[in-house]
Amino acid sequence: MSTSEQQLEKVSAKPELLLSTQHSLCPGCGEPLAMRTILELVSELGLRDRTICVGGIGCYTAFPSIIDIDVIQALHGRAPSVATGAKRVLPDRFVFTLQGDGDLVNEGLQEVIHCAARGERFTVVLLNNGVFGETGGHMTATSVLGQRTKTTMETGRVAEKHGYPIKIADLIAQIDGAEYVARGAMHTAAAIKFTRNCLRDAFQLQLDGRGFSFVEILTMCPTDWYVDPAEGPKWLDENFLGTYPLKVLKAPAA
Amino acid sequence: MEGSHAVAEAAIQAGCRFYAGYPITPSTEILEYMSHRLPQVGGVCMNAESEIEAINMVWGAAGCGVRAMIASTGQGISLMQESLAEMANAELPAVIVNMMRGQGDYYQATRGGGHGDYRHIVLSPHTVQEAVDLIALAFYLADKWRNPVDVLGDFILGHTSEAIAFHALDESDLPPKTWAATGARGRKSLNVTPLGSPEKLNLDPGSHYGHIADKLPKIAAVEKRCETGFLDDAEVAVVAFGSPARFVKYAVHLCRQQGMKVGFVRPISLWPFPSETVAEAAGRVRALAVWEQNAGQMIDDVRLAVLGKVPVSAIGGISHDGSGFGVGPALDPETIVGRITDVYKGRAAA
Repeated sequence: MSTSEQQLEKVSAKPELLLSTQHSLCPGCGEPLAMRTILELVSELGLRDRTICVGGIGCYTAFPSIIDIDVIQALHGRAPSVATGAKRVLPDRFVFTLQGDGDLVNEGLQEVIHCAARGERFTVVLLNNGVFGETGGHMTATSVLGQRTKTTMETGRVAEKHGYPIKIADLIAQIDGAEYVARGAMHTAAAIKFTRNCLRDAFQLQLDGRGFSFVEILTMCPTDWYVDPAEGPKWLDENFLGTYPLKVLKAPAA
Repeated sequence: MEGSHAVAEAAIQAGCRFYAGYPITPSTEILEYMSHRLPQVGGVCMNAESEIEAINMVWGAAGCGVRAMIASTGQGISLMQESLAEMANAELPAVIVNMMRGQGDYYQATRGGGHGDYRHIVLSPHTVQEAVDLIALAFYLADKWRNPVDVLGDFILGHTSEAIAFHALDESDLPPKTWAATGARGRKSLNVTPLGSPEKLNLDPGSHYGHIADKLPKIAAVEKRCETGFLDDAEVAVVAFGSPARFVKYAVHLCRQQGMKVGFVRPISLWPFPSETVAEAAGRVRALAVWEQNAGQMIDDVRLAVLGKVPVSAIGGISHDGSGFGVGPALDPETIVGRITDVYKGRAAA
């Protein structure tokens, strides 16, 4: 087997913690890639038996029934509070939330801010595609300027009319209780690798009993960006990275 | 012990190990007590940043199988309604204490202030001792039925000091919480969710909601609780719940001293409502009078139970002092006796 064939075999293997490859998400969606990355890390770190995932409400709500880890389903926006209750009563468990931008930045902004300020010892994962995907592509608080959504169709997002996108990772990085904050993406192999490292650092921080960690992951939504599935990564690169550069915004001193 | 502190201590005695609250009169003393007492027993008390965050913290703790409680008053409970509705769908046991301002939250508690087909079991104590006993019962029923249980108190209950005793319930028939999310060590992984089946690979919201709805008549069949008094020869019965029922019971004594044949019916479970007991009382008397400190809410359930057999009149009403917290001038035995007397005098015409 050549090296490239070995690599091909590895990246197409079903993650150990995925119960079914059947899901209802659109072709080209970035969320399954993010879920996969998380599941691989949970496996790799041997955390399956003590992991509690707290899921939000969005397209990714398709995942709880197909992932082989305990899930507490939260209502829209409430995952950080639900995770607080869980982690506080079971402090030795590994807890992470999975939320979209509509869930975390629109509906639940207050929850994640207070949660970070309290330095809750779990990891919040944000899947940011700049749209309410599940309802059919409406503007969220993170839609970038110029972005056409169902509710900004004629002009794209215009600051004078629709306000500015919230750079949530930057906001959270300013909060004392947040120890690790990073922004990754799922649009290229290099970005996935970077994001995977960010997630691992965030998870490790939690495993070390340290404070709040937050990883934003930019994900493709070709359906609601009105591009072909194969064009999603390019669209993300051209339209999101200016507003949302990939970087570690905050990390404990080595 | 003061009512609020007694309620909090009763929760701890019943095994409550997580409390989240947001200060609001007249429930704040429960949060204060929990903040120093829960850590002493290895529990967690969260001074949450909002009511919505508080109830969702309770969601998380309850979802891990830990006994959890929250307290507020009607206004705060209103803010929590989406979660309170969906906690029933997620089959999450938790105890919700509402220290009401008056009794205006009867509908909110018994109809469910939120969306969808659900009910909370609602228990309504009229003394501090009963509050202590019902808190223990509430935790037991919450686990038995995997459903939230509300305890409906008020300003008076929360701020009345009485001698009390704590009694442990026999809970040996409660099954282990194998449904709780704890990390899937040595077992299949699971979901704690209001959206469908707890099993993986089995999303079927319709049958899940059907399962939730099917529990309701089963709860209603066995969990009705009610106190009655002086009904044997009564010609008028007064129906009242909560702290005002204590005033009503005393007023009924006074009526008896004056030779009036008056009895009382005091629903303890407001949902399920003790309809049969109320109907049986209606079968004995010529008129029912409903004392509640609101514009008329429980009277609907009384009328549904009575189905027109006897006249049902409202003799309570909104009554507040300057605080607005529901301690009103109408809560006066002489006033209550006067209103019962009016119904008693009119009973022959009925």
